[in-house]
Order: sequence, then C-alpha cells, then structure tokens
Amino acid sequence: MSKIHVTTTVNGEPTEYLCEAQDSLLDVLRDTLKLTGSKEGCGSGDCGACSITLDGRLVCSCLVLGVEAEGKSIGTIEGVAKGDTLHPIQQKFLEHAALQCGFCTPGLIVAAKALLDSNPNPTETEARFWLAGNLCRCTGYDKIIRAVMDAAAEMRGAAA
Amino acid sequence: MNFVANKSDLKVVGTRPIRPDGMDKVTGKAQFGADLTMAGQLVGKILRSPHAHAKIIKIDTSKALAMAGVKAVITSADIPDIPSEEAFVGEGPTNFRDMSLNCMARGKVLYEGHALAAVAATSSAIADAALAAIDVTYEVLPHVIDVEAAMAPDAPVLHEGMITTGVDPKPTKASNIVKKVAFSLGDWQAGMKEADVIVEEKYDTAAVHQAYIEPHAVVASVNPDGQTVIFASSQGQFMIRQYTAKILGMDIANIRVTPAEIGGGFGGKTLVYLEPIATALSAKCGRPVKMVMTRDEVFRASGPTSGGTIEVKIGAKKDGTITGAYALVKLQAGAFPGSPVAPACMCAFAMYDLKNVTAEGYDVVSNRPKVAAYRAPGAPISTFAVESAMDELASKLGMDPIALREKNAAKAGTKAAYGPVFPDIGYEQVLAAAKAHPHWTAPLGKNQGRGIATGFWFNIGGESSASVFINEDGTVSVVSGSPDIGGSRASMAMMAAEVLGVPYEKVRAIVGDTAQIGITGMTGGSRVTFATGMATVQAAESVVEQLKKRAAMIWDISPDAVDWKDGEAVPAGANAGGFDPLPLAAIALKAAKTGGPIGAEISINAQGAGAGFGAHICDVEVDPDTGFVKILRYTAVQDVGRAIHPSYVEGQIQGGATQGIGWALNEEYVYDKNGRMDNAGFLDYRIPVASDLPMIDAVLVEVPNKRHPFGVRGVGEVPIVPPMAAIGNAVKSATGIRMHSLPMSPPKVRAALDSGKG
Repeated sequence: MSKIHVTTTVNGEPTEYLCEAQDSLLDVLRDTLKLTGSKEGCGSGDCGACSITLDGRLVCSCLVLGVEAEGKSIGTIEGVAKGDTLHPIQQKFLEHAALQCGFCTPGLIVAAKALLDSNPNPTETEARFWLAGNLCRCTGYDKIIRAVMDAAAEMRGAAA
Repeated sequence: MNFVANKSDLKVVGTRPIRPDGMDKVTGKAQFGADLTMAGQLVGKILRSPHAHAKIIKIDTSKALAMAGVKAVITSADIPDIPSEEAFVGEGPTNFRDMSLNCMARGKVLYEGHALAAVAATSSAIADAALAAIDVTYEVLPHVIDVEAAMAPDAPVLHEGMITTGVDPKPTKASNIVKKVAFSLGDWQAGMKEADVIVEEKYDTAAVHQAYIEPHAVVASVNPDGQTVIFASSQGQFMIRQYTAKILGMDIANIRVTPAEIGGGFGGKTLVYLEPIATALSAKCGRPVKMVMTRDEVFRASGPTSGGTIEVKIGAKKDGTITGAYALVKLQAGAFPGSPVAPACMCAFAMYDLKNVTAEGYDVVSNRPKVAAYRAPGAPISTFAVESAMDELASKLGMDPIALREKNAAKAGTKAAYGPVFPDIGYEQVLAAAKAHPHWTAPLGKNQGRGIATGFWFNIGGESSASVFINEDGTVSVVSGSPDIGGSRASMAMMAAEVLGVPYEKVRAIVGDTAQIGITGMTGGSRVTFATGMATVQAAESVVEQLKKRAAMIWDISPDAVDWKDGEAVPAGANAGGFDPLPLAAIALKAAKTGGPIGAEISINAQGAGAGFGAHICDVEVDPDTGFVKILRYTAVQDVGRAIHPSYVEGQIQGGATQGIGWALNEEYVYDKNGRMDNAGFLDYRIPVASDLPMIDAVLVEVPNKRHPFGVRGVGEVPIVPPMAAIGNAVKSATGIRMHSLPMSPPKVRAALDSGKG
C-alpha cells in the first residue's frame, strides 16, 4: 500500500509529508518531521505529554491520525517561542522552577497556552481543571499552577 | 573545605537562579530517551508472557526470522546463562542472574509481562507482525499474587530450591519466603509489660508504580569489534554500563553510555530492562536498535514497589512515654527476591527514641513484576502503619498527636533500632515548626478532618565524580556523573560558583557520559546534592588552589602569600606585596604561560550523609455519599539541612507529597483471577492530576548537616513517607473511622462508613 500525501501547516510553515493510514499525528511529528518536543507518555490520550493544537483546538496528537491534519494548522511546542523570545508561559515556567524532569513540560506549556488564549483570566480552579489532562509526576503541580497564573497576570498587564 | 557555619557568608547557595537545562526543556529541544535517532536504526520490540506463571516448553522463531524486514530475533538462548552473583545495586540487594532472567526469561515465565523473546525490524509494524509470528508453547502453572497467600504452606513455589534464610531452624523445603530480617533494641515484650495503654493494629498497602511519565527508552549500537554505544534514559549511565556488561559478558571499556535527559525515575530507572536486549539485538544484526516501552509494558514489566501487610503494636505509659514497640512487615518482592523489607523495618520507628523495639519482616516472591526502588523504598509502607498506630495511641491517651511525638522524639544521641546513634538531626525542630504553623490550628468544617504524620529517611552518600575546568575566558565548566532529574545541574553550578567566588551565570554544568567523567553511583537515595555536590566542591577547591599558585607565579611571590576572595587572587596581608587583585578571568588568560590548562577532577566515596525527617499536616473532606476523600489543605515540613536551590527543594517536597497522596487515595495494581493486571494504563491506574490537589505548602527547616561544606542533607525521599498516615489520620478525624487498607479509594471509604469499620 502506498503512503498518503498530506499538505498541512506546522507552526505557521507550509509542510508536506507522507504517512501510512494508521500513523498517529504524534508519530508523524516525532519520526517524520523530527519535531520531538511532543512526547509519548501513554499513547492513549491519558497523559497529555503529546498535547498540540489543531486549528487552535487543544488535542492529544497520539489520538489524531497523521492524515487528519490535511488542510489544518498544527501548533507544537517548537512554535510557542517567537524566534529568540520565549512565550511568557515558558519564561514563568523557568522562573517558578515549574519543571523537574521536564518530560511533561512541552505538553503542559502547549495546554496552558491554549487555556490563556481562550481565557486570559482563569481562576486557580479553572487552571487546575484545564490542565487536569496533563500528568506531571514530579512537581505536585504547585509551581506549574503558580507559573500559569503569573503568566496570565503578566499577559493581561501587557495587553492592557 | 570546612563547614560554612554562617549562612550569610554564602552568596550563591540559597538563591533561586534558572537552571541551565531549563531553556531546552521549555522549548522542546531537550533530548530524552526516545528522542535520538541513529542512522540505519531498527525498531526493537519484546514478546511478553500472557501468563502469570508458566513453563516455556518451546519457542519457535523461524516464521518471524523469515519475514522480510526482520533483522534479528533473540531469546534466552542468545543471552549468556550467567551464574548467581549477589550485589547491592540501586537501593537494595539483588542478584545479577535474577536481573538477567528478568530481562529475558529462561525456561519459565514468572509474571504476566515477563520478556521471553525480542525482535529487531525495519519498522514498528513489521516488528509487531514478527512478535505475532513467534510460536510459544507454554505449560501454564498455578500462580500466586498476594503476599500472605504466597507465604502459605501450599502456595505454588516460584523458585525450586529457594530456602528461607534468617530463620532458625533452617527450613528443609523450598518456599516463596526469601528471607527474614530483624532489627532490635532492648526487649520489646518486656516493654509492653510496663505499658498502661497498648495499641495493636494490622494494615495493608497495595503495590504502586513509580509512574514516571517517560517510558523506558534506549538506542544501542554495537560494532563488529565489540565497541558499543548506548543512549538511554536512566538514573545512572554507569549502572547501565556495568549491568549490560555483566548480563552480556562484555568488557566494560567497550561500552560507552550517554545519559539522555530522564523523564522521571523515582527509583524505577535504577535497573536495566531494555538495554541488554537492544545491545544483544544490535550485536546480532550489526545495526543500531531503538527500543521504547509502551505504557502498558511500563506497568506490567517494570517497577513497581511492594505492597504488603504490617502488624504493629505500641505500648505507652499514661504520660505518653513509649515503653515498647513492635512491627512485623511482609512485603512483595515480585518474581525475584529483593523487596525493600529491610529499610521498611529500619525506618519504621526511626522517628522515636525507644528503649525496647523490634521491627522484623519477610521478603516474599510472587507472580508479579520484580519490584524496583521507589522513593524511600519501604519506608512509606511501614510508616503508614506506625504513624496510623501512633495516632490511635494519642487518641487512647487523650494526647495531642504532636505532643505524643515530642515526648518520644529522636534527637542527637538517640540510638536507632537499626544501629547508629543519630548526630545533629532535626526531628524536634520539624515538630516545632509543624506545631507553630497556622495550618495546625485553623478551623475545620463539616465532614472535614485534620491529620499529622511524620517520617524518616537515611539519605546516603557514596561514589561520585565531578570535574571543574576554567575556560580561556574565565568562565567555568562543570561535569558530573549524576543524571539530573530535578535540577542538580543548577545545584552543582551554584556550589562551584560559591567556592570560586564567581557569578552563577559564568558556570555551566553538564552531565557527562561514561567516558567523560569518573564512576558515579546512581541518582537515588537522596545522594546527589550531598555526594556529587561534595565532589564538585572539592574539585572547585582544587581549582582555587591552582589559581592561587598561578597568581603567585605572576606576582613572583610564594603561593602561601595569596588568598582567594570573591573570585579574585589577593595578596594575603601587607607583607605579601602591594598587588592589585587578579580576577579569575585575568589568570585564565595567562594560563598557557603559567603552566597550562586549569582544572580538576575529583572522585570520592562521600561519607556523612545527614538523616532527614518530615512532618505533614493534611486536611480532608470526606463525602459521606460517595466516600470520596478530597485534600483541602496540605503542609509539608522538612529538615533539609541547607537548601542549595530552595525552589528545587520545595519541588522535591511538593512532588514527593503528591506521590504519597496518590498512594494513599487512588493508586494500586489490580489483578484478575488469572494473575493478569487489570489496570495497566493511566486511565485506570490513576495518579494525581492538577484538579485533585490544593497548593502544597513546603516548609523548609534548616538544621545543617555539618559533614557537608554547605550543610546539605538529602531531601527527595522523606516527603513520600508521611502522606499515607497523615491522610488516614485526617480521615479518622473527619469520620471517626480508622482506615487500615490502602488505597483509601471511594468504594473502600464508603464501605467503611457503612460498616463502621475501615
């Protein structure tokens, strides 16, 4: 069986790839496009380490097929910083020591950015429930939540 | 370097700079175990047993080998049949033969998920098809899962010829009981006779997994001359090198292991699973082989830590003085010997100054995956029982639980039941900080309760290597042999910067591969900041001595007449001469003319680790309809010695406490009647998520460990020890019911509310 040709956009750049019908978008990102920032922690949509956005919507890329990205716009951790400028969420993760091993960090940052893109002023409870699909085993989430809330406050300040 | 007594003399230690590896980790550039691709690499996969216990009658790999794209197939026939050899590895005893048999079964499979063949193929799909084409004939044997069932006289025996050690008389018949251990001080039974009040309780805990988010991953490449490179995620690149060499009969010098970034370990990555298999596959076909476990494999074939039962008996006078204490601990080892029963016994009563105490236990095999270390191995299990029983004792005595602990607190000079006399420990200071915390006296609402529990971990030192090099421009490079799980590169850079007197930003630290730095023990036992930190400090001190000599040469005076102050060489007093200070960068610039490159590598076996103690206060609300326990507020107090980077110390405490919360409320291995795990995924094995938790208030008490120049104690393990009892005690306070079994999941709590008995 021949591979399927897909035309899509990754982090704003027009991108084409070939994939098998059964390949997950996560496998395409990691193995074909060499964007290894998205991680596989479970392959079943339970851990959130592979979080990306598809046309702006937060999804687990392990639950999306590579062929489903045809004509869509994909956002991954590699596209969160603009050039040499970190996104405020990335900067706050560093300042608040919101990562230990760092494996869940790309997924959490992508998920947190999706939160703040849709809700610039979340309560702590809203942030905790939004990020409940992103497992972190190291931190107990305390510093992650603080980093996200601080980033939200800073971004609101910048926008005002 | 002498102990720096005055904290205000420290300029870098105690600050919160950004970690050097942080930028790579927030941008997705960091390379974890599964992120490296080697040219021409194949996909390796493992065939695992569907049975809990079975004889392997025959493995036919011919169909798999004949498939297009399949480059190698191996079974135990391709792995050396090594003899039994006892060793102390990771955080407990093991046997290299068992380790080999755990990587690849020989003759018998001992648990569901046990590896028995492996393939390397050009694609994942072909590897899967090849596994399906391997024909295995099994003779299924009776199995046993639970610890007390495995100890029964009629239980199916896993290992013919396993005769229990540590009991008198020596048994004549094989059983699943590996050994008995006992730690005693005085006469606990005599102590009970002096008691006014006695509590006697039995508890049980479930097996739980370390549940690091990154599955095990490796790429291995073997050349025809035997030279091998391995890129893998683990808690010790030297561990992988040594164990792989041992299991495959290779020369250690032929193996170079590069540590990938590690996506969590918590003790679970202190062993090899995939590395010898990927290496053997690569040796067979001459191409690099990459292997990555699925989450299902991680649950079924790696980790977990033991579940077990704990019987505890404590007697006390009316004033709260404990007169005698006893614990009997029975722990699952999994399919091969080596549960953490010894540390479970040693830690059980270590918080208390007791005259009459015995803690004894059994190491028991059953048809479960072989346990691996998990954060303070064994201590959380025994401490759940002891600290729950202490709460019952306080209640029977009508005493405040903190007051009861203060009355019996271990302090400097206390002899622990397991042997040593404690030096400067901080348990009393931890209790005082807990008592003074506003959380302890805050009001509670309906269906709410508060619990407190304490815990202990030894912390260890051990073998560590570090090097410090001065670069041409006066910046500094630090290399250590310790994989960085929670910010240790930042700590190493901070300690080197402190000794050299230069800004943190001028020092960059990396983790070396096995050819770049001397042998270093694993990241575990809460040893890295202490032991590898000590090696880093000593290397930096050696560099300072060299810098002083170079300055003396430039000034043409005696090296004794030079001092090192704030990153500069200065004349040591008026008699030395009136020279302007020479900054490090100026000396570095002239290094070639004053004797060549400046640097030092230090390898040590660090001694003098300081024991750690913690006290956790927890508020819960119990839903009377569902039995759901919500954590409302959590405070974790701990003696950390001195925090090098307080944010990462707090992070260790918050993360450890949260793992304990999962252990207490949700996590457990569930088996069906065939001995197969029923919940091998994150949907059904539920670790805490952000919405389950409040903020975790980490309170750092600093009682410095004077055997480290900056006062460091290990911090990573203590915080997983108190949570289960703290939560159980809070549930008791909220409902009046003592929960004796973990996890305290909604169905169990609801059943306890209905029956009045937990």
